[in-house]
Amino acid sequence: MTLAVDIHHRLGDFAIEAQFESAGRLTALFGPSGSGKSTLINLIAGLIRPDNGRIVADERVLIDTAARIFVPMHKRRIGMVFQDARLFPHMSVTGNLRYGRWFTPSSERYAKMDAVVDLLGIGHLLDRRPAKLSGGERQRVAIGRALLASPKLLLMDEPLASLDEARKAEILPYIERLRDETKIPIVYVSHSVAEVARLASDVVVLAQGKVAASGPTVAIMQRLDLLPAEERSEGGAVLDTTVLRHDEAFGMTVLASRAGEIRVPRLAHPVGASVRLRVRARDVMIATEQPSGLSALNILAGTISAVRPGIGPTVEIAVDCNGATVLARITEQSKHTLRLALGRKVFAVVKTVSFDSETTWAGLPVDADG
Amino acid sequence: MTWLLDLTPDEWNAVRLSIKVATVAMIASLPPGILLALLLARGRFWGKTLLNGLVHLPLILPPVVTGYLLLLAFGRRGPAGVLLAEHFGIVLSFRWTGAALACGVMGFPLMVRAIRLSIEAVDRRMEAAAGTLGANPLWVFATITLPLILPGLIAGAILSFAKAMGEFGATITFVSNIPNETQTLPSAIYTFTQVPGGDEGALRLTLISIAISMVALVASEVLARRVGRRMDIE
Repeated sequence: MTLAVDIHHRLGDFAIEAQFESAGRLTALFGPSGSGKSTLINLIAGLIRPDNGRIVADERVLIDTAARIFVPMHKRRIGMVFQDARLFPHMSVTGNLRYGRWFTPSSERYAKMDAVVDLLGIGHLLDRRPAKLSGGERQRVAIGRALLASPKLLLMDEPLASLDEARKAEILPYIERLRDETKIPIVYVSHSVAEVARLASDVVVLAQGKVAASGPTVAIMQRLDLLPAEERSEGGAVLDTTVLRHDEAFGMTVLASRAGEIRVPRLAHPVGASVRLRVRARDVMIATEQPSGLSALNILAGTISAVRPGIGPTVEIAVDCNGATVLARITEQSKHTLRLALGRKVFAVVKTVSFDSETTWAGLPVDADG
Repeated sequence: MTWLLDLTPDEWNAVRLSIKVATVAMIASLPPGILLALLLARGRFWGKTLLNGLVHLPLILPPVVTGYLLLLAFGRRGPAGVLLAEHFGIVLSFRWTGAALACGVMGFPLMVRAIRLSIEAVDRRMEAAAGTLGANPLWVFATITLPLILPGLIAGAILSFAKAMGEFGATITFVSNIPNETQTLPSAIYTFTQVPGGDEGALRLTLISIAISMVALVASEVLARRVGRRMDIE
């Protein structure tokens, strides 16, 4: 499934001029608030009519202002999960879940009630009213409701933004399952680096209504300069790895990546499972010689492939380790003292304890990721 | 207290007629009431203010004027009256159906107002959510908007019913005061007050009038509360 967007739309003083194409399993529309990502997703859903442009999903033209085509939202078969859930207050959870089924031709109904209820763990909520649900439960029911309309594309507009950290942690695994176990392509709007790095196969970065960059998550996440200032300290390289073995004696898991073996605190994933790592740039040190007598366990040899100015007195150094890039944020002074420059052979040092549940997640299935 | 229920046949007829007229007026006003409320709440068109004024006119005009205008339009020689009589065989003037029309018109502004307010309070984002799930605008209205405005709908209907039970001026002007045909409770009470020794009858009908109004109000309250409990706001 390919989604192609080429849109011009003006809202008062704000203009959106976005053009991108994505065939990813989960495409994140990423940018600070006010960058136009919600407007863009509303355009794809058909909630807004664009001034000019064309949106094509899976070779189906949804909007083409030049050809005067506008498919109304109820005929698009595009599911939408809103930030505020928007469950129908006059229906039970079951009523909400069944709502979309009515309008789906039976030949195109692929979503099964039992499977969706099971996937989202909402079996115990079926008889309740939306008013009696917690924020996280509401959002899971909203996801289920969208899925049961058997959509061809699922849009999620900051589904976690109005939830606290505990609720977010509760829902994120369900979104991972959604991404990995269903075949529906997802477009996911978010302003959180952590969410995007964790979930997305592809990222479209938006800034002031324009596409600043787009591409696979691993590549986009290396561009810390694309991140909004307040998220920049969270930024870091994303590595897709697989579980090589568990080291029970020391309570660690060894992951295989192109950059070499990486040791992280013991994970629950079985051997062979894919795991996505976010290596925060601020957690990475650079050494010019193979360090010895060092407590850090992960020492990755590589070559400096980019040097970019960071915030304040820092620089961001990209180290290409056998094709996988690791980013390090160090001071301008260290760069000067160590004479770090493009092409220099260095070692990137990462402490095992810098990996936690905020930075290690179930990876995308290897076969899925194009 | 037995004298209270010891109504003459004519008085019984007035009670029955009043309930019939008010019920028909209420039910018949609902579809146009919802339509106009929708138009006024959501529509953007030229002449909206004028339409709004027109709907509210019966509330402001002296009821006699409304009754007289109805007589001019729907009377035997009125254009609408002739049209209805020739094509549909419906005669309104000096019939109970005419009384229902007069009562419906007088209660219409109250009904439209109540429904309009509840439509304006509907969270349109719910309707958008239903749209993304595949419901076309008609289905969205039937399955989302209508249930959400139910309390307003009930309130509007009850207001219209109550107004019809008490309507006097427009009714008596349009369809007169014919026992067993157009003599509703207020007309009957008025008749009693105009004849010597009618006090007792007037009082009986007044008490019955109060009882009916109270039952209607309590019923609407219970109904609205039950609907409200069914859908606590998120």
